[in-house]
Amino acid sequence: MTTTTEKIGKGRLLPATSSLEQWPWWALTIALAAVLIIFSILTTPLYQDAFNFIREGFVTTVRVTLTAYCFAILGGLFLGLGRVSKNVIYYNFATLYVEVMRGIPMLVIILYGAFVVVPLALQIINGLGSWLAGFALLAGLGAALQKITIQDVDMSGRAIAGLAMGYAAFEAEVFRAGIQSIERGQMEAARSLGMTYVQAMRYVILPQAFRRVLPPLGNDFIAILKDSSLISVLAVRDITQLGKLYRARTFSSFEAYNTMAFLYLSMTLSLSMLVKFIERKLGRGR
Amino acid sequence: MDANQNQDIIIQIDNVTKSFGKIKALQGVSTTVKRGEVLVIIGPSGSGKSTLLRCINVLEYPDGGHIFVDGIPVMHKQTNINAVRAEVGIVFQQFNLFPHLTVLENIMLAQRVVRGRERSEAEQVARQQLKHVGIPEKAEAYPGQLSGGQQQRVAIARALAMNPKIMLFDEPTSALDPEMIKEVLDVMVALAKEGMTMVVVSHEMGFARAAADRIVFMDEGCIIEEGTPDAFFNNPREERTKAFLSKIL
Repeated sequence: MTTTTEKIGKGRLLPATSSLEQWPWWALTIALAAVLIIFSILTTPLYQDAFNFIREGFVTTVRVTLTAYCFAILGGLFLGLGRVSKNVIYYNFATLYVEVMRGIPMLVIILYGAFVVVPLALQIINGLGSWLAGFALLAGLGAALQKITIQDVDMSGRAIAGLAMGYAAFEAEVFRAGIQSIERGQMEAARSLGMTYVQAMRYVILPQAFRRVLPPLGNDFIAILKDSSLISVLAVRDITQLGKLYRARTFSSFEAYNTMAFLYLSMTLSLSMLVKFIERKLGRGR
Repeated sequence: MDANQNQDIIIQIDNVTKSFGKIKALQGVSTTVKRGEVLVIIGPSGSGKSTLLRCINVLEYPDGGHIFVDGIPVMHKQTNINAVRAEVGIVFQQFNLFPHLTVLENIMLAQRVVRGRERSEAEQVARQQLKHVGIPEKAEAYPGQLSGGQQQRVAIARALAMNPKIMLFDEPTSALDPEMIKEVLDVMVALAKEGMTMVVVSHEMGFARAAADRIVFMDEGCIIEEGTPDAFFNNPREERTKAFLSKIL
């Protein structure tokens, strides 16, 4: 009996000699570090000060991330449908957008969105307003649109535009992969029953694709949360910006950046646990 | 239109060609199907029989020729193909049930979005069709919980719920375990007896003998021979047919 177990042990790719080696030491280390930082925040005045200052940015980070993510999902769905469309214009537009956006660093997209796209969009809206003002019925709406200026869109709004622009391209590829992972027979069966392409997408393909892309969508939420730190270049007072400000003011680099990293890590780790949970649950459902 | 000259003809296939790249799947196929007729298409794999079937409801768009379904030119640009497909049910080899919907919802979906039926009416039709195929107790199950034979019977019920004028079967028993083939064939034989117009691509010679009004033998994209089951199996004229039959019987 012992010889067989030895043989199996030797055949293993990763020979685990004891259960101690299989322990998730990394998780334990994180937990210990978290306890240490929480303890410091509760007891050390310096950490307390840093935490109270940077804490204000938490709401901004979450708000910007959530809003940008919602727009990215909507845009991504629109573009993803374009990526699988047989319509030449729709397909090429979506592909062009995705290829361009994926080739530009997120920081550049954010700057571009904030200082080029948003002002340009406002000019277009103003122009539309002056055109609409010419019609008696829509004069009120037209006048309102004409009055919108760049001051009405604050920096966090511009940051949201930049993040959403970039992440729409990533979500588009997620949706495309999800739609293409559904067996061809599903579309054929739906169409053979007389459904239009749109009906087949709406009732048969997308409900199945959504379930499959839930884990990657969750992972992209974590990614956009992390990338939201880039909006500090626009001086939006998120966690990163306030951390930088606190360090500049007090020169307590340790306290400022430990607190900052702790805030991000506590969000991303709990989210990734949630994604794993959803993944397991979906895996069992199928 | 030719098809209108004879009210009895429901499908008219006229010199249809179809290529996939260099492979010529159909090389000018012509045949007709009468109302209430059961046509069984047999032939070796790669002979174009599934392609021909899929051309009838334009799941494959033919390269040339004409197809009329109930007098409607289905390849015509102005034809609303969705309206034609609603009248032509098809059952696939791989069942293709919608895995995210229950059996009942599978059968109700197209009734509601294509036929515009109310939920109550669609459900009534669905339950009636489930009884028709002999599994009324599986209404609330999901496709993944059913055996292959049961799934295929649900697929038949789903197609029948649209009240089609024609039913197409694309090798409906080829993906089934041997012990489940009979339950599906029984449903198909019953359907044939009820007078449904059926075009069946199948390797089930027993079914062809028992239920077919006419048999078409295809090879290399052409119709080699057609005739009644009796004439076809007992007195094949062509050498190719004889060679094929000697291998499978």
